[in-house]
Amino acid sequence: MNQAALERLAARIAPGPLGEMVRLSGGATQQLWRFSIGDVSYVLRRHGQGAPPAAIGVSLSDEARLIEAAGAKGVPVPRIVHVLTPEDDLGDGFVMAHVAGEALGARIVRSPELATARQRLARQCGDALSRIHAIDMRKLTGLARQSPADIVEQWHRAYRDGTVRRPVFEAAFRWLGAQCPEPSAAPALVHGDFRNGNIMVDADGLAAVLDWELAHIGDPMEDLGWICVNSWRFGRTDLPVGGFGTSDDFYAGYEAAGGHIDRANVRWWEMLGTLRWGVMTTGSLARVRDGDMSIERAMIARRTSETEIDLVAMLAA
Amino acid sequence: MQDDPTPQEILTRVAHFLRQAAMPALTAPHLAFQARVAANAVDLVIRQLDLGAAGEAAEHDRLRTLIGRDDSLTSLNTALADGIAAGSIDPANPLVAAHLLATSREKIAVDQPHYAALPMKDD
Repeated sequence: MNQAALERLAARIAPGPLGEMVRLSGGATQQLWRFSIGDVSYVLRRHGQGAPPAAIGVSLSDEARLIEAAGAKGVPVPRIVHVLTPEDDLGDGFVMAHVAGEALGARIVRSPELATARQRLARQCGDALSRIHAIDMRKLTGLARQSPADIVEQWHRAYRDGTVRRPVFEAAFRWLGAQCPEPSAAPALVHGDFRNGNIMVDADGLAAVLDWELAHIGDPMEDLGWICVNSWRFGRTDLPVGGFGTSDDFYAGYEAAGGHIDRANVRWWEMLGTLRWGVMTTGSLARVRDGDMSIERAMIARRTSETEIDLVAMLAA
Repeated sequence: MQDDPTPQEILTRVAHFLRQAAMPALTAPHLAFQARVAANAVDLVIRQLDLGAAGEAAEHDRLRTLIGRDDSLTSLNTALADGIAAGSIDPANPLVAAHLLATSREKIAVDQPHYAALPMKDD
C-alpha cells in the first residue's frame, strides 16, 4: 500500500503517530486493514486501485452511507470516520472505528466468556434487523431491487453455470419456485448477509453489524431466514438463530422494535438461504479448476454436501 | 501389486506430521491455520479412500432402479436431476426421497462426518 498516501490520510483523521498496518482478511481486491493512530484503532476497508467494482453488491462509498444510516436508527455499527476520495489516492473505501469483540462464529457459539451475551443476542439481532428494515430507503443510492423470484433466478443461473447436476438442488429449486412469495408489499432495506460470522459480539451481546456489501431492497424476511441457515449454527442445530438463540427470542426482539413477521415466508427464505450457500460453495470448485491453489478453497467446495443434507431434511419436514 | 503401507496408512502419517510437528512450529497464525486445514484435507482424502467406492456403488445401484436403465453414475445422476427439474420425477416419492437422503449421508460421511445436520422429521 502507498505509505505516503496512508500517512496523509492518518493526518486528516487524527493527530498522533501512525502504527503498522495489519491485514485482517479479504481477497485480492477486497481488503480489510487495521491500524492505529496514537492509542486509537481504526479499520480501513478498501478495493485495491485498478480493481474492478464488485459484480454484485453496493459500492464502498454507498456501503459507508448505509452504515451511517443504520447507526442513526440505533443499529450497533462501527463509526464511519472517513470515506476515501480520489485525492486520498488509496482507491475506493472508507475508514471506520475499530470495534472490539468476537466475530468468529464458532467462538460466539461456544466461548464461556460470552455465555451472558448469548442469552440476549437473538433478541438484540431481532431488534437490529427490525431497525434496519425501517430505514428510509429514499435517502440511499446504489441499491439493487430484488424480488424473491429474481433471487431464485439469480442463484439458479449460478447453479447452472457449474458443470455438476445435483438432484437435491433441483428438488429445492422446484420447492422454492412452487412456494415463491409475491414481491413484498412492504419492500425494505435488506442487509443481505446478516449471520453469525458477520456480527461483532462482546460481553454485553451485539456490538456491531458488519459486512453490508450485499445490501439491497427486497423482502425483509430474507434477513430473518438467512441467519437461521444451519451452516451458521456451528453445531448447535437446536438453536436456530446463529447457533446462539431461539426463534421466540429473535422474533420478540424484531416485533418489539416494530417489525412484522411472516413466519411461512421466513421458512421459505431459510430454504433459499441454504441453497444459496450451497451454490456459493460450488463456485469454489470453478476457482479450484481455474488454478486457485488454496487448500481452504478446495475444502469449501467439499461443503456443498452439508447444504444438500440440510435441504433434504427441510424438504421432508 | 503395489507394496504396503496403503495410501491411507501413508496419509495418516502426513496428517500426524501436520498436526504434531508443522502446526506448533508455524508461528504465523495464518500458516498454522493453513496447516490445520491441510491436515483436515488429508483426513478427508483418507475417508474417501475408505468409503468412497462403496458409497458410489450403492448410489449407482439405487439410480439404476430409479431410472430403470444402466449407464454411468454421472449419466444416471444427471437423468435424475433432469427428471426432478422437469417435474417427471417427484422428489417426495418415497423411493426418490430415500435415495436423496442416503446419497447425502454417504457424501457427508466423507466430507464432514461430524457435521451437525438438521434432524430428519422421523429421527
